[in-house]
Amino acid sequence: MATPAEVVQANGVQTFRPAGVPTHDTRGFVRRFVFSTDHKVIGIQYIVTGLLMAIVGAALASLIRLQLGFPDQQWPLLSKLLPAGYQGGVMLPEFYLAVVTMHGTIMVFFFISYVLVSGFGNYLVPLQVGANDMAFPFLNMLSYWIAFLSAAVLIFSFFVTGGAAAAGWTAYPPLSALAAAVPGSQMGQTLWLLSMALFIASFTMSGLNIVATVLSVRAPGLSMMRLPLTVWSYFVSSILGLLAFPPLTAAAVMLLLDRHFGTSFFLPSGLIVGNKLVPSTGGSPLLWQHLFWFLGHPEVYVLQLPALGIACDILPAFTRKPVFGYRTSVYCLMAVGCLSMIVWGHHMFVSGMSPFSGEYFSLATMTITVPMTIFGVNMLASLWGAKLDLKAPMLFVCGVIALFGSGGLGGLFLGNATADMQLHDTYFVVGHFHMMIGGVTLLATFAAIYFWFPKMFGRTMNETLAKAHFWLTFGPFFTIFFMQHFLGLQGAPRRYYAFTAYDYLRNTRGQNLVISLCAFVLVSSQFLFLINFVWSLVQGRSAASNPWRATTLEWTLPSPPPHDNFGEAPIVARWAYEYGVPTPEGDFATQTVPAASVPVTA
Amino acid sequence: MQKKVEGSLVALLFAGTAFIGAWWGAHAWLPSLASRHGAGIDAMLRYLLLTTGALFVTGYVVLAYFIWKGSRRDAIGKRFASRRTERLLSAGLGLTMAAVAEGGVLAIGMPVWSEYFDAAPTGDAIEIEVTAQQFMWNVRYPGQDGVFGRTDPALVDDTTNPLGLDRNDPHGKDDVIGLNDITVPFGRAVHVRLHSKDVIHSFFLPNFRVKQDAVPGMTPEVIFFPTQTGHFELACAELCGLAHYRMRGTFNVVSQKEFEEWLRQQK
Repeated sequence: MATPAEVVQANGVQTFRPAGVPTHDTRGFVRRFVFSTDHKVIGIQYIVTGLLMAIVGAALASLIRLQLGFPDQQWPLLSKLLPAGYQGGVMLPEFYLAVVTMHGTIMVFFFISYVLVSGFGNYLVPLQVGANDMAFPFLNMLSYWIAFLSAAVLIFSFFVTGGAAAAGWTAYPPLSALAAAVPGSQMGQTLWLLSMALFIASFTMSGLNIVATVLSVRAPGLSMMRLPLTVWSYFVSSILGLLAFPPLTAAAVMLLLDRHFGTSFFLPSGLIVGNKLVPSTGGSPLLWQHLFWFLGHPEVYVLQLPALGIACDILPAFTRKPVFGYRTSVYCLMAVGCLSMIVWGHHMFVSGMSPFSGEYFSLATMTITVPMTIFGVNMLASLWGAKLDLKAPMLFVCGVIALFGSGGLGGLFLGNATADMQLHDTYFVVGHFHMMIGGVTLLATFAAIYFWFPKMFGRTMNETLAKAHFWLTFGPFFTIFFMQHFLGLQGAPRRYYAFTAYDYLRNTRGQNLVISLCAFVLVSSQFLFLINFVWSLVQGRSAASNPWRATTLEWTLPSPPPHDNFGEAPIVARWAYEYGVPTPEGDFATQTVPAASVPVTA
Repeated sequence: MQKKVEGSLVALLFAGTAFIGAWWGAHAWLPSLASRHGAGIDAMLRYLLLTTGALFVTGYVVLAYFIWKGSRRDAIGKRFASRRTERLLSAGLGLTMAAVAEGGVLAIGMPVWSEYFDAAPTGDAIEIEVTAQQFMWNVRYPGQDGVFGRTDPALVDDTTNPLGLDRNDPHGKDDVIGLNDITVPFGRAVHVRLHSKDVIHSFFLPNFRVKQDAVPGMTPEVIFFPTQTGHFELACAELCGLAHYRMRGTFNVVSQKEFEEWLRQQK
């Protein structure tokens, strides 16, 4: 006879464990840890896969900085290690472009999306809504394994003829459409597009699951306005993903057709590559840009919002008071979600798009700064009157607030067409998006790992190493990307293999050297995190069920939570931020504490 | 005690970041200016540097203060701000931001944008056609008759006829064709028609605050007015392949007399 736990798995229907039924998954190793349908296992699978991809992405970043910081240096050792990319100790320009392309692709889609969105989304959403699993556990498993396949295809593309894709993570055709245009546009680009299509398929499944879970399997008493901001942010970001990703799938298929089956969606007539006339007719390279950015811009919010939501939920555990302006923040998330769908053209101000569209997209983009500012100020104001405990997760959250501020202000430059004319495609853009979808998300990822590690694995991470990790991460990170803004103001274009060909870029030499040195400190200091992560997994102090004295539902469960989470549905009596009230536990009440014992304040 | 020291250190980190950042940002970063509409772009950039710089310093100092103060508190302050404070803060800051951002865009940005894009070619504008290809800039002047000769992609041969000029078209006979070197007379507007033969390139003149993608299949145009004579650099700003980083051209603004002399020599 099937146990109730299996009934949950099979039907995706919320049933609860009657008293006395075992709480752990009794199935064999493969179904428990490999092809698992348990959202917690899948979440951890995503996180581990994403962290492994991040190591690749960081290694690529180091190669980029090695080249830009020391353009004339020879590296014989690298010639031995990477004979296809280095000749006589010198990096090949085509290899540089492949490295840049893959660094961007991996960090955006395979690190931040996997760890922060899919990983923590999977792990946290069902726990925080009081569900025993995602609404569709099988779909969830399928989503992970397709994501895994997608990452495998991408990594494999390094080893095909011509090397990995080299047209940038934005893959603008005709560069990405014509095999003769750049070596990476041979097999590498095809695999890149396949990997992207798989990624989107998987991400759509996962997003659908999160939306369905939030809407349909919340615990009794947990109204939408009692949800933690983490859940709200995943909810909005998943809706955005569902709306924005399909156009890129279509675009990827169209580009594959252009590449291999003679269509000309993105290729106009009269192209001449390698002194040969290309037989294409009537396509438009701008069409790709519209489709790409129709995904690409909401995508940055898909990554950004969960980072902000997580920051908002970690904050009160260390300020010991509720977040500031919960309701306003929720409305801001909704507003940002809506607006993010109509601003994509600010990536295309100088693309040849109509200047009238440019005016519209400037105004729309400036509008989106309003809810984002209010949200940012709410985070900052949450520190107002706080009794602050600067544990590692809180340090990283302070970093999130800081980078969100500086990154956001940089956005004002790029979001308006006039200033963008000078700054488009320069290092200003590189600095800006690294602060936002690089830094805010990276620091939030670390904050989340330090915060929920005890819950996930039942062990505590080393606090001293974690604090050292913060200090060695924030400083170099900020320096690198702050300085890149000013490289951009000097007119240094992005995706340059070297700045040596231009007189007006002479003075950037020293700045690039400083940036590279900071980058090496940044990358090396991540070993502190890796060591801490692995060591704590094996040797860490065992964790209590609620080590941070936090209020959301996952902290009412043992660490790690049993296979089917709550068993019996928790009855939710209050919102997620009942801090700073006298209770038998101290100064907080978890969401399940009945209203009779502690008054409900919101 | 340790808590207080840590709090002070973290506060110092953010406050220090603000002031060092402001000091770094206050340097003169922009390449020297050589065009008329560029003054508007520079005004926009300076306005943004000032306003966002002030917001940046304020925000970081407030963050530092909260951290410093918070790590010294034994009990939390007021649990909730009043509804009124909450609304005032949100609305106040939201509106300030809107005023800074939208205000700047509308008041400074839009006029520059229209000046740049609505500028009809003045009668005596110098007409130039720039055709980008991996990894060079083909430059063409219409010659005495002021009309560009017909081109056809089918006639292109990269060594003998890079633009695919139709030799039978009388308008094409006097066309002047060059490579990577654009020369224009001082005192006249410059009207550039952009083409690309292969992939997307971007025509970037850092000193003129001009950047426009050259997209195959389209003919984007830019019009601007140089305000300085001299030799300037032309860079490619859209990833176009492996020599993207050295797809360099020069843009020379010379006197009308020197220009005529130069044009004669091209024959």
